Amino acid sequence: MNKVTEKLLVVLLAVLTVVLLIGNVHAKEPYKIGALFAVTGPASFLGEPEKNTALMLEEQINKAGGINGHPVKIIIEDTKSDETQAVLSAKKLLENDKVLAIVGPSTTGESMALVPIMNNAKTPLLSCAAGAPITQPVSERYWIFKTPQYDTSAVEAIYEYMKKQGISKVGIITISTGFGDAGRKALQEIAPKYGITILADEKYGPKDSDMTTQLTKIKASGAQAVINWSVGPGQVIVTKNWHALRMDIPLYQSHGWGSKKNIELAGKAAEGVIAPLGRLVVWEKLPDKHPQKALLKKYTQDYEARYKSEPGTFGGHAYDSIMMLVDAIKKVGPNKKKIRDYIETKIKNWPGTGGVFNMSKSDHCGLDKNAFEMVVVKDGDWSLLK
Amino acid sequence: MNDWGDDSIPPILFREYHNLLTVFLQFLFSGLTVGAVYALVGIGFNITYNATSIINLAQGEFVVIGGLMMWFFYISLKLPFFVSVALTIFTAGVVGLLMERLTIKPLKNPDLLLMIMITIAVSIVLRGILMFSFGKEPYVYPAFTEGEPLNISGAIIQQQALWVVGITGFCIVLLFLFFKKTMMGKAMLACAVNPTAAKLVGINVSQMVMLSFILSAIVGAIGGMAITPISLMEYDKGPMLAVKGFCAAIMGGLGSNRGAVLGGFIIGVLESMTAGYLHSGSKDAVALVILLMILFFKPSGLFVSKTMLQLRKF
Repeated sequence: MNKVTEKLLVVLLAVLTVVLLIGNVHAKEPYKIGALFAVTGPASFLGEPEKNTALMLEEQINKAGGINGHPVKIIIEDTKSDETQAVLSAKKLLENDKVLAIVGPSTTGESMALVPIMNNAKTPLLSCAAGAPITQPVSERYWIFKTPQYDTSAVEAIYEYMKKQGISKVGIITISTGFGDAGRKALQEIAPKYGITILADEKYGPKDSDMTTQLTKIKASGAQAVINWSVGPGQVIVTKNWHALRMDIPLYQSHGWGSKKNIELAGKAAEGVIAPLGRLVVWEKLPDKHPQKALLKKYTQDYEARYKSEPGTFGGHAYDSIMMLVDAIKKVGPNKKKIRDYIETKIKNWPGTGGVFNMSKSDHCGLDKNAFEMVVVKDGDWSLLK
Repeated sequence: MNDWGDDSIPPILFREYHNLLTVFLQFLFSGLTVGAVYALVGIGFNITYNATSIINLAQGEFVVIGGLMMWFFYISLKLPFFVSVALTIFTAGVVGLLMERLTIKPLKNPDLLLMIMITIAVSIVLRGILMFSFGKEPYVYPAFTEGEPLNISGAIIQQQALWVVGITGFCIVLLFLFFKKTMMGKAMLACAVNPTAAKLVGINVSQMVMLSFILSAIVGAIGGMAITPISLMEYDKGPMLAVKGFCAAIMGGLGSNRGAVLGGFIIGVLESMTAGYLHSGSKDAVALVILLMILFFKPSGLFVSKTMLQLRKF
């Protein structure tokens, strides 16, 4: 390299630095939001679509000019589906990155681990996990919110529909994981309220390959319907066994059933299976004036165009958490306390992917059984009931 | 009023009494279906054990490879059924071969415990590879024969379950003939009893060990192909299958294929009966308790004599 080019390069670099510096002075400081998702580990089927959603929203918001001219910076940390890692990552986000609020984590266990930390740091957390104890009791969860529907709301939606159908005796079959146990508890506790008797209470392991025995017992108990509570392959195997046994009583699934993949895997056996599902999977079937339809359409289509897969309910939870936060920051600015207060008091009739939210001082989730549609599988597709 | 015509008797009791036989048969069939799979995995353990005294803990992953590769050839590539079966068996065989050549053979001073630990490592690596190539979701393809399930006095057997049981029987007969009637099978057994003596009579021990890995991988994969239409297949199903299959092999007496088959069926039926008559939440525990009892009172297993036990290294 000769002297002349060297000098030219130095000048060029100097000019570039100056331009960048001036540019930075002019652009407003970014608003930092922390995001904790189980991108790897056993809960990665939750964290993956959540991470994708966060990346997509960050890009969309900034392209549209950010929040009041400030760009948004979503700092994503992987919790590896592990509670300890979630705590460490949260501390990093709070102390190093000085984020305004945290979105996530993906699972109930991780979210519970963060409750004391967020309360200490006086920073809002918008969890993407479903467990009721995350936000209850509200008095001890001042800074904590969550966007997924309660398990209990799904149970209520099922029982309410059953009552209309004249079903009062049921057999339940649940998977022996955190999700299944929580569902089992909810099914048992809410049953009396709707005049429903549980005649058989069966369980199976997450890797079991045949549930015929349990279903036979339910059949023999004289139940008028089966309710299966699980996510993953278990619900497909139960469906196949239910079909093979010709049970001649309807099969109800939990809100975990809402993936087209399940219908594909179960094939013909899935026909007639009923489940309470969030509206994200059935947006096409909603009436045009439904408050959620427009945003569900946009979100699903954007996601599918970008990632070539369904966002699923889980991506939707991240969408709701992030948009709620963005809404709050837009109105009250970068003030943690004001953001918290806004979410608690001003998120009313707020349409999200999980339902129409109504936050209050006594409810930091804001969704009830009306967040679900009762859906039946018909001709290999979802079909709305009612 | 109920079927009984008398409100004083709860209808549930009546129905239960009425259905007693049907329900029992259904529990039995369900147990036999699941048991056949455990039996096949148990046989896989035996093959490697008989030739090398190694417990190959990657046996469960061979089953998963069978199910997933079959899906890949049959559904994803849309190849004809028998071509897919042949290709799946071939792939599993190659995996078995590679596993032995890359991890077991290079050992200069083979120590049993070390070799078993290597098989654990291989199982973890295989699971990782399967996760990266197939993802985490479950896969399924149609049953080998379409049609109504069989109905035996009210109890129902899926056609695919008959295939699973039939294939298990077929494998056990073939293996019996192989080990008892062919020179190669006998040579393989000789390697396990005493590798040095086997070498002295001109048996290529290294080749026999390799062959045993290929064979056990194929048996595992056949099991995987047969059960996938019933139970779906995902990348991390291996460890559970390995544990249950290992229990079956131990219960029957390690090394005895007859024992592994019986052990598999016993565990399967016990699990199903426990789930049916006690509680479904306790079924895994009960199967393990029974296994412990057998090990406690007849540590050689059901089908292996004391003398044979003394010949064992492990």
